[in-house]
Amino acid sequence: MRHDLVIIGAGPAGMSAALTAGSLGLKTVLLDEQPRAGGQIYRNVTTADPKLAALLGPDYTYGRALAGRLAASGVELRYGALVWDVARDLTVTTLQQGQSLQVRAPQLIAATGAMERPSPIPGWTLPGVMNAGAAQIALKSSGSVPAGPVLLAGGGPLLLLVACQLLDAGATVAAVVETSPGANRWAALGHLPAALGTPATLIKGLRLMRRLRAAGIPWFSGATQLAVEGQQRAEALRFTAGGREHRLDASVVLLHHGVVPNTQLTRLLRVEHDWDAAQLTWQPRVDDWGQTSLAGLRIAGDGASIGGALAAEASGTLAALGAAHALQRLSATECDERAGAARKALRQQLRIRPFLDALYRPPEWINTPADDTVVCRCEEVTAGRIREMARLGCQGPNQTKFFSRCGMGPCQGRLCGLTVTQILASELGKPVAEVGAYHIRSPLKPVPLASLASLFTEENKDPTT
Amino acid sequence: MFRPIEPTLARQTVLLQVQGRPITAREGDTLAIALLNAGVVPFRQTPVSGQPRAPLCLMGVCFDCLVEVDGRQNVQSCMVEVSEGMQVRLQSGARRAEDAA
Repeated sequence: MRHDLVIIGAGPAGMSAALTAGSLGLKTVLLDEQPRAGGQIYRNVTTADPKLAALLGPDYTYGRALAGRLAASGVELRYGALVWDVARDLTVTTLQQGQSLQVRAPQLIAATGAMERPSPIPGWTLPGVMNAGAAQIALKSSGSVPAGPVLLAGGGPLLLLVACQLLDAGATVAAVVETSPGANRWAALGHLPAALGTPATLIKGLRLMRRLRAAGIPWFSGATQLAVEGQQRAEALRFTAGGREHRLDASVVLLHHGVVPNTQLTRLLRVEHDWDAAQLTWQPRVDDWGQTSLAGLRIAGDGASIGGALAAEASGTLAALGAAHALQRLSATECDERAGAARKALRQQLRIRPFLDALYRPPEWINTPADDTVVCRCEEVTAGRIREMARLGCQGPNQTKFFSRCGMGPCQGRLCGLTVTQILASELGKPVAEVGAYHIRSPLKPVPLASLASLFTEENKDPTT
Repeated sequence: MFRPIEPTLARQTVLLQVQGRPITAREGDTLAIALLNAGVVPFRQTPVSGQPRAPLCLMGVCFDCLVEVDGRQNVQSCMVEVSEGMQVRLQSGARRAEDAA
């Protein structure tokens, strides 16, 4: 083996892990599917137009320094590298320029981040319905905004941030339709004292709300019965709020109900996961150094638990220190000494999470949608069909998949997994943890057969040398 | 469905063909965003029921942006950047082995 450490993902967690590992002299290779560093949060930060970067604000441009230090760190960086398999001996197989390559090291840090929670509502498969994060990606990576009136529906800090950024970029924001149930506020109140320990984040949130109100953007709270209408594309959003039915025209409807760890890779490796009842997500079980139940595999950042970019950066440092200790490059004492700042930053960032998790807890009808709503977008399986599978005796998502094809399409259950598990749990009257999740198998993404036929391993031949 | 904002209009342009029709994109655009900017709707019709689809996530998760690029089928258009002369075809229904280039 020519490397000590492989890192997957060049977002804040992966970048900071690489910087720490590099500074400790670990022979490290960083892999990312995108053409440059940044992940989704700092996407394109190294090449973004200055005016666009100014519009996206200091929380975005902060990533530029991180990416700059990474480029100068001497860590081997492989961009455009799609990881499609990781074996339990930590051999990582990537697809790069049509060629499959393998790389293996005794330590592996997966910093594969988060994805938006699926928002299954009637009409969410129509063209023009997108995740709120998708609109932000269009802005960051390309300086593009929705051309017509855009509606934002759901709940969470990102929903408000995207609304403000679209407004600043000159898009026509038709309304913000919040779905967070009113009871959330009472539940969140108890967590407010802890959240006050992160005043900067709270102030940012209040500023976003004030900006939207000042711009006169129509704002609906506690909305239910959401449905997107349209034949060939989204034309309007129908919903109930304040005891009245509303129908608002829009050419783009942006949905958002928080972000969840992307667990495809940790599920592939069959490590232990726990159900987090506050965040309503699966989380791979990790220790303070990101170590999972599989020796040598560590998770850093939002892929382990949602904490945001700065928490991810801190946890990347901790995972790299853990790797250095496992490789006997640092003693336990040295590890602890170097971890101080990162631990403090992580604690600070996580203080506000219970408040945000309670305030923006998604409504029950997003987790267990009505019967006629499509849950599996790929195979077009409805919530009603999943309930039917439960009635027929399916005890979990994998049996449901065999009998209904739910989760069997190209996205491999990324967009239906959480919903299927929660529908089954509710239908079977069992705890979510007992119902479990889809088994994930290689390849993590579809790859051409030709790339397999020409597989390179580091041991035989490596085209990069 | 999308449009570029003013500060980014100055970027180098790239010409691609979508269903044989010329489309101008900007260097560095992902193909998915170039298609959204060009008003291409839908991107594809599903293999199961022929329903129209366009991107949901733009970050490689949803697989609703699949198109054919230079003869390669089922390419996630949000994960590739545009290049001069790129030939794009929109997919309708299921792919067949004999369609492969």
